[in-house]
Amino acid sequence: MSQLWLTAKLDIVESLRSRWFLIYTLVFGGIVALLFLFGLTESRILGFIGLSRLLVTYIQLTMAILPIFVLITTVRSVAGDREAGVYEYLLSLPVSLSAWFWGKILGRYLVIFLPVFAAMIVAVLIALVRDIEIPWGMFSYYTALLAAMCACFLGIGMLVSALARSTDMAQGAAFLIWLTLLLFLDLILLGVMIQEKISPEVAVSIALANPLQVFRTAALSLFDPQLIVFGPSAFVILDTFGALGYQIFALLYPLLLGAICAVLGYLAFRRGDLP
Amino acid sequence: MIRFNNVAKTFRRVRVLNDISLEIKLGERVALIGSNGAGKTTLIRCLLGQYLHEGQVTINGHNPRLERTQVLTEIGFVPQLPPPLKMPVGQLIAFAAKLCGTDPQRIVDLANRLGLDTAPILDQPFIRLSGGMKQKLLIAIALGRDARVLVMDEPAANLDPEARKIFFELLAERATQATMLISSHRLNEVSALVNRVIELDMGQVVLDDRVADDVSLSSLLDCRILVKRPDPALAKALQAWQFADLDSGLEWQGQVAGPDRLRFLGMTSRYVALISDLKMTETRQ
Repeated sequence: MSQLWLTAKLDIVESLRSRWFLIYTLVFGGIVALLFLFGLTESRILGFIGLSRLLVTYIQLTMAILPIFVLITTVRSVAGDREAGVYEYLLSLPVSLSAWFWGKILGRYLVIFLPVFAAMIVAVLIALVRDIEIPWGMFSYYTALLAAMCACFLGIGMLVSALARSTDMAQGAAFLIWLTLLLFLDLILLGVMIQEKISPEVAVSIALANPLQVFRTAALSLFDPQLIVFGPSAFVILDTFGALGYQIFALLYPLLLGAICAVLGYLAFRRGDLP
Repeated sequence: MIRFNNVAKTFRRVRVLNDISLEIKLGERVALIGSNGAGKTTLIRCLLGQYLHEGQVTINGHNPRLERTQVLTEIGFVPQLPPPLKMPVGQLIAFAAKLCGTDPQRIVDLANRLGLDTAPILDQPFIRLSGGMKQKLLIAIALGRDARVLVMDEPAANLDPEARKIFFELLAERATQATMLISSHRLNEVSALVNRVIELDMGQVVLDDRVADDVSLSSLLDCRILVKRPDPALAKALQAWQFADLDSGLEWQGQVAGPDRLRFLGMTSRYVALISDLKMTETRQ
């Protein structure tokens, strides 16, 4: 346990001193600042007013930015460290491989989740000061959704880092994964496929397998419980899960996907050459 | 103590290590030499349990891959290239000390002995230190615990003569309790430190020989040099070796660490036409 925490602490300190972390924090803090600046809390869309509108916008923007940020920074620093000789030295110290791998995941998870969460906390604090109504249910669910999203893409990132033998290859693979998930959103290729009249079951299966789509659907379901924007596909989702069931699925599935990827990454890491 | 039994390693169909079998006993100081690509680093990484390979590597009968925490507790490692760590020096010392079960103060004391005052740099990122400072700190971490195997890749390359002298003394203190594996491109860099030479070429052992163990790691040589005429370049080189100018650049006096004599003579050979007399006397064994 002490080795795990030591490794986690090491990763946190290394990340806090990295340029990517500064940019990452500025991006998410900046989004909240800009949303307040442009008065999104006062606008009324689909009947939503107050902080809920800001949170909906924030989660949509986060969904677009966070996965690629997490994937690229994870593979760059993990595969990059291996290439630069950091692994050669630190893994010559008596630390177990499991403590090293899971410690890195723990440290990195805190580093990627806390700035995103901190930005939400800042939004709540500003709302409290300005006496804006705070939708606590939505805030809690979106926080859980962000936590699940971070875990999911961190797990994928660690798997890619463990399998790729160079930083370039890891970065390329991470980008390709993100692009594929992005393409299969309802807004892009999936939308075209539905237009081309593929069966709703196939469309929904793709949508349920794609963690990006799962987050998008779950985020939308809080202010559009009937998922009207999805058209007929919404019936399949709501008939299968129900609104609450889907919201729970949207938390558990990405967590499970992230955990499976992380375990596969760990097995690949253990069974291969370390540096 | 260290046993390599038919060790082979292949990277993408290229055989980097080919059927290496070696036995290295406690107290042996082995120079692992060979040109780039000879397989030195790969062999070291197999010893550290970092590479999967054919054959067996054991340290005191333990497998460094399967029993890594137990085995690595007994190995002090100094890499050729310092890792680009962004963490502060203080945290690196604390991290290594905690993992190795040693007192951080022991590492700090050793760094001080090597001429690295850690107090002002504790909050500084490791990556920002100079090459020599990084090397001193990594040596202090490797030696600041009860390691029974010391694996060092060009350990003295970035050290100044004074730090090298202390480094040799530190190795001398460990000579009977530890096995040392010192990797280098050139034998003359490490010849005075070792009592056995293993040369690798194309992943095979091409030389495994004993070396006359006459040079004590802690020996010192009193040295006096007479010069025909003062020369600024020679003066600068001798000052770097902490030599004192006794007569306006015409007579110099200083001490050279025993294992460093070859390096010192290599330096003076560049100015051989200027030197009229050179005397070296061993004063400490």
